[in-house]
Amino acid sequence: MSDVASTVATDVKLWTRAEMAQLIANDIPEGAVVNIGIGMPELVADCLPSDKEILLQSENGLLGMGPKPGANEIDWDLINAGKQPVTLLEGGAIFDHTLSFTMMRGGHLDIAILGAFQVAENGDLANWATNDPNAIPAVGGAMDLAVGASRVFVMMEMLTKKGESKLVERCTYPLTGLGCVSRVYSDHAVLDVVDGGFTAVKLAPGLTLEALRQLTGLPIRAA
Amino acid sequence: MIDKTKPDTASCVADIPDGSTILVGGFGGAGMPLDLIDALIARAPKELTIVSNNAGNGTKGLAALLAAGLVRKVICSFPRQADSHVFDGLYRAGKLELELVPQGNLVERLRAAGAGIGAFFTPTGYGTPIADGKETRVIDGRGYVLEYPIKGDFALIKAQRGDRWGNLVYRKTARNFGPVMATAAKVTVAQVEDIVPLGSLDPEGIVTPGAFVDRVVAVGAGRTQ
Repeated sequence: MSDVASTVATDVKLWTRAEMAQLIANDIPEGAVVNIGIGMPELVADCLPSDKEILLQSENGLLGMGPKPGANEIDWDLINAGKQPVTLLEGGAIFDHTLSFTMMRGGHLDIAILGAFQVAENGDLANWATNDPNAIPAVGGAMDLAVGASRVFVMMEMLTKKGESKLVERCTYPLTGLGCVSRVYSDHAVLDVVDGGFTAVKLAPGLTLEALRQLTGLPIRAA
Repeated sequence: MIDKTKPDTASCVADIPDGSTILVGGFGGAGMPLDLIDALIARAPKELTIVSNNAGNGTKGLAALLAAGLVRKVICSFPRQADSHVFDGLYRAGKLELELVPQGNLVERLRAAGAGIGAFFTPTGYGTPIADGKETRVIDGRGYVLEYPIKGDFALIKAQRGDRWGNLVYRKTARNFGPVMATAAKVTVAQVEDIVPLGSLDPEGIVTPGAFVDRVVAVGAGRTQ
């Protein structure tokens, strides 16, 4: 970890995962059709405002997905993309995989929220494989969401455990999609991908734009 | 009289030869035709190619089929799971070939096979390692990858109810790959909870019409995981 990072850590209050999820939930408009990816993005589902109707889509054939069931309501034929039991809202629909991926790839989702290993200045996304030869590869529906959703939000911590930036000039991990990311919600900042570069929309309390540039090594623009 | 019903699962899989490509329905445990897979393990054809979204979890279903050493190749979108240790071990030992296919491409390749489409251009995977070595084309300013159908010799799927003509309805998200796989194989076998009298399924609600189904076997309700 660099001196910059350690200095920043004492002055800055980074957003928690729950706070990042809340930031995302606040930005989802009424009526949006949204796919929430497995992993960290699942936290967003718990933050959705009850006064807005938002349609959650799950790749295994659900639109209008509801919250987790109570212990007595679990039905293993009603699961989400992470294979966990869910419920269906009134008005919810069930359909087969062909129609589900028609919905996803065909531009019928307003927002997809995905995790990431790296996001590049040009909007390229890497989120399905590292360069570890011993890893078991798995891609699922991520590539379909990357090309198909009107907007792709990425939710991730900005630095790896080693302190390396996941915001990069160009991805070094295998790509999920080209130029597909609209916005990144990280623990340090919310950033838009605009014209081949990152624009900081919001900074975590105490973080300066200059510190963000030093942490990432990127010429991040002010909003 | 048309009667596609079979008395037991063994007779549904008795003619599956070595080297077959078998489409197996299910997403995780939901829609996994566990009874048909058990019958397949008992018949034990070798050198199989399995097409399914996942590559088995725990020790049942696809995981048991893999553990039995009957599978040469898996075509799937998401083999890695918390409890996919059977697949992981065979893959790392080099005993199993994997063709990793993005989930939407897997579905559309099956759809193409069932719908008589020779190949199709999809944006999914363009510019990624999935497209390596494949034909690409820019259409209206957007990049696409040429993908080919996946045809099955057999499809093993799970539905909730069926009739003697092979009409099927499914239950909740256990529907998933069942309808498209039913279209994409030479022989489609469906395990159902109950076989119901002809005419008792609402024609408006039949999800898989009987023309896509060759064999139906009732196994009762119960096992989902």
